[in-house]
Amino acid sequence: MQTTSDEVLISRIAGGDRLAMQVLYARHHVRVYRFVLRLVRNEATAEDLISDVFLDVWRQAGKFEGRSAASTWMLSIARFKALSALRRRPEKELDDETAEQIEDHADDPETALAKKDKGSALRQCLAKLSADHREIIDLVYYHEKSVEEVAEIVGIPEATVKTRMFYARKKLSELLKEQGIDRGWP
Amino acid sequence: MNASKQEAPERQEIEELLPWHAAGTLSRRDAQRVEDALARDPELARRYALVRDEFAETIHLNETLGAPSARALDKLFTKIDAEPARRHSVSLGLGSRISEFFAGLSPRTLAWSASAAVFAILLQAGLIAGVMLKETKTAGYETASAPTTDPGVGAFTLIRFAPQASSDDITKFLEANKLSIAAGPMAGGLYKVRVAVTGIPKGELARIVKKLQEDKVVGFIATTE
Repeated sequence: MQTTSDEVLISRIAGGDRLAMQVLYARHHVRVYRFVLRLVRNEATAEDLISDVFLDVWRQAGKFEGRSAASTWMLSIARFKALSALRRRPEKELDDETAEQIEDHADDPETALAKKDKGSALRQCLAKLSADHREIIDLVYYHEKSVEEVAEIVGIPEATVKTRMFYARKKLSELLKEQGIDRGWP
Repeated sequence: MNASKQEAPERQEIEELLPWHAAGTLSRRDAQRVEDALARDPELARRYALVRDEFAETIHLNETLGAPSARALDKLFTKIDAEPARRHSVSLGLGSRISEFFAGLSPRTLAWSASAAVFAILLQAGLIAGVMLKETKTAGYETASAPTTDPGVGAFTLIRFAPQASSDDITKFLEANKLSIAAGPMAGGLYKVRVAVTGIPKGELARIVKKLQEDKVVGFIATTE
């Protein structure tokens, strides 16, 4: 069965087609939400931002030229919204969240047990990465974006995309080492 | 020693591509470069296994993040409802407009459009051939085998092409059976198709019509004068 392409849906949205908007939302909202959630680390904020992201899609659909994939365009909008929300958030709230995260990953019995599971440890370390590193790892591995697409979403040169990814992975290895898992790299 | 120093930057370059190789988002050329390097470098292959672990766990982590509630969609449409009414004339890209146009056509309409396109192409080809023959005549050269193209001469059928037939199907059908469109489309989407350049017995024409009828491109076929 042939499905309507994202580009066709966006052109219909540009003409005010609400059904096309619903289809596009159904197709992409979960991934966009997860991308935003990993950046803002707050479910309520992420959920609010999703409406804003898709409202921008509704408003800007007429300007979409199809030079990049629709998902790349939407993730660029989502990133901008998430970073703007983070800038608006009070310093104290950010500090509290950071503290919460550190406490979350302290060595309680559950965590100690999880350490035995390499996959679980890896996921814990992925969650501990800085926002820049989390973002690039998610874009490459989860959102399956090419070097060029990541460069477009993040707004950095392609060479920087590759080196940032390399350093994100290196940091991941260091965090794993702190948990007693030596990957023998770098 | 020198060799290993020369290899280092290349390995570094390949190693930086490993995450995209795991995700399958490299160009074919880069993917082949990585594959070749993995086949000859066991240490690189070991590191690629680490990348694949990260890849799997990143997906796992993201998949456990859940999804937004239905409130998000309600909120979105409340905001959309509050937006000013939109006029249809927006500046869409040419590609989008073409995609939109074809997406809006039914298979039947597309089939008729294809038939019309085939006719236009054949008509154009006929005009070009006519011009070329005319030019040849003015140059004072004429081949002994030049075909007679009198539109009234030959054996003909009336054909309506099947709605699902594409322009490619119709072109192939005409070529395979050495047919040419003499006129059309006429009322009811019929085309007058020449099956032979000279008159042929009725029995022979009926046999050809029966054979052509079996082709899936043909919706309707009948003999005609």
